[in-house]
Amino acid sequence: MFAKGTKRKFSDPGEEPALGAELGPVVRPLSSTYSLQRQSLLDMSLIKLQLCHMLVEPNLCRSVLIANTVRQIQEEMTQDGTWQIMTQALAAAQCPADRLVATEVLCRPSEALAAAQKEEEEEEVVVAAAMEEDVDSEANPLSSSSFLPAPFGAEPGWEDEEDDSEDEDSEECPSDAEDVPDSRRGDQVFGTFEIKHPAPPPDPALEELFSDVDPSYYDLDTVLTGMQSTPKMGPYDLLDSLSPHAAPALSTGTSCRSDLNELDHIMEIIS
Amino acid sequence: MALRDTSSLHQLKSPKRDLDTQPPDSSMEEESDTRKINNSFLRDHNYATEADIISTVEFNSSGELLATGDKGGRVVVFQREQESKSQSQRRGEYNVYSTFQSHEPEFDYLKSLEIEEKINKIKWLPQQNAAYFLLSTNDKTVKLWKISERDKRPEGYNLKDEDGRIRDPSTITSLRVPVLQPMDLMVEATARRVFSNAHTYHINSISVNSDHQTYISTDDLQVNLWNLEITNRSFNIVDIKPANMEELTEVITSAEFHPQQCHTFAYSSSKGSIRLCDMRQAALCDRHCKYFEEPEDPSTRSFFSEIISSISDVKFSHNGRYLMTRDYLTVKVWDLQMENKPLETYQVHDYLRGKLCSLYENDCIFDKFECVWNGSDSVIMTGSYNNFFRMFDRNTKRDVTLEASRENSKPRAILKPRKVCIGGKRRKDEISVDSLDFSKKILHTTWHPHENIIAVAATNNLYIFQDKVN
Repeated sequence: MFAKGTKRKFSDPGEEPALGAELGPVVRPLSSTYSLQRQSLLDMSLIKLQLCHMLVEPNLCRSVLIANTVRQIQEEMTQDGTWQIMTQALAAAQCPADRLVATEVLCRPSEALAAAQKEEEEEEVVVAAAMEEDVDSEANPLSSSSFLPAPFGAEPGWEDEEDDSEDEDSEECPSDAEDVPDSRRGDQVFGTFEIKHPAPPPDPALEELFSDVDPSYYDLDTVLTGMQSTPKMGPYDLLDSLSPHAAPALSTGTSCRSDLNELDHIMEIIS
Repeated sequence: MALRDTSSLHQLKSPKRDLDTQPPDSSMEEESDTRKINNSFLRDHNYATEADIISTVEFNSSGELLATGDKGGRVVVFQREQESKSQSQRRGEYNVYSTFQSHEPEFDYLKSLEIEEKINKIKWLPQQNAAYFLLSTNDKTVKLWKISERDKRPEGYNLKDEDGRIRDPSTITSLRVPVLQPMDLMVEATARRVFSNAHTYHINSISVNSDHQTYISTDDLQVNLWNLEITNRSFNIVDIKPANMEELTEVITSAEFHPQQCHTFAYSSSKGSIRLCDMRQAALCDRHCKYFEEPEDPSTRSFFSEIISSISDVKFSHNGRYLMTRDYLTVKVWDLQMENKPLETYQVHDYLRGKLCSLYENDCIFDKFECVWNGSDSVIMTGSYNNFFRMFDRNTKRDVTLEASRENSKPRAILKPRKVCIGGKRRKDEISVDSLDFSKKILHTTWHPHENIIAVAATNNLYIFQDKVN
């Protein structure tokens, strides 16, 4: 399913993704399978890097190896032109979340079809969770107010960080914050996380679900830089790095959840 | 390899278990089902916690002692039982000798982060007197521990009574000579030195020099040289940190001193290369004197090529002629005289080559497997998944897969070789690649310096196997 979305993205960058309608089986030539696998590997790597970014002292060896993998993919994509298409698509605030290709597709391309169907079902579950969360948020105004700037300004810090990164790489991401105002709330679909987020706008849940990834998330240099500068981070930078848009990555990792818990714990101590 | 499990469990409360395994001269022999089962010691040990996971295991230079470190910062030292003719069955078993808390969790207030107590490596110092010394390290701090025995205590002081209280001088009417009285054997572990504040990144290895006076500690980007007597100063001898951290593409994964040449050491990198450095050339060994690297095979190139070529462990052979490196799928033996390709390459679990993507997804691809030589440098051993470990005989080119698990190895039983089936039909006794348990990994093993006794750490269990003794 996600795979399909990816394909669409590249071929029709301007098209609004109505994912639910796109989930049919696809027969794809080999080259397309390859680029799909490469894309999902890239996505997976970026997610891993983002998680490294959240740690004060990530495993440096692992981070470097992942970053090199991303560089390698970027190089190859730059050569065949897909990198530019992707970054343009991102710049146009297309919803990149659907490019988070399921790894079933990546690891077992022959089973892509079955996986896609399976995911269709899963997606419904996720959407349901998202809507549940919506209800929660509306019912309890406090949960959204908790997203307001913290006493020591951690929340503005997130904004600053992202603005900075956009400035640095304005070529690839000319604008995003305005185009995708709701882009940092992807994690709200994962009800298990403790961090509270503002109530989503009344948009259809589906669109909400798949418009959640901040384009700067895909900004390679930012990710790499962020990862590698972390050993020097101060205590408040740690909080800064707890940017909510990283949370989509957490869907599968239980360890990430404990990281978040740790961060929560630290925030409790500081505040 | 003919092996017998003589004892097993890491935890103090653990019962001893004895597994006999193989006839002595049947190195790497395929099987034998003459199992002498003695499972009276078996108990349930499923209560292990994260802190009990063994993170390093190391024999001392005589093989008399075996040390393990765990994620909880504890060091457990096992001692080999003296041989007794009356109990030939129990010959040479390892029993707990000393347990102590080497490292505690700490908090770095500057970086606002917790420093784990997990013991990353233990290295024994050569024994020079009745006491034993070992170095243990976590991510940041190396400690020198002294382990000594006390079986006598002084008695009959003149100024103090038996409880240590000062006696009233007026009551002292006669003088006596204090004497040493025998007492129950006590093993004491005392921290003699603490080497801290020298590493910004995580220490991945330590290595004691053959001069017996210095050692190196290595983190992701630096190698530091210490004198064992001096804790407030170390010398940075390798630093690969780029001026701009954004340009960082390579890290140091392990380093070791040459076993005889005290000026030579080797370090491995995440790009699959090994550098040999000579400390006589310059104080800062940024320039290597030898560079070992195998050219990449274009036919097997993939996005994972670099990750799987990253070296997780490097070990000099005892004779100092070879280097052994472990990467994700292979073990390689390098001749120090040949830098352009390894002398020998052994496949550890080649059946995983088609599963690299899943292994990347679940992060197993970053597991750091170690490797060891046997005493004569003729056999090498390294770990794998599903509690399997592998041995390669360099002379006969035979290899064997063995399993360290309570379910499949009975006390004093002979270890049965295991086989992983690669596609197609699965034969009896074979296990298919898809049913391997990737959470059961054998990362740490050690080999007795002179005998065919090995210790294998499988999560929270320590298995000791040895050649069957007739």
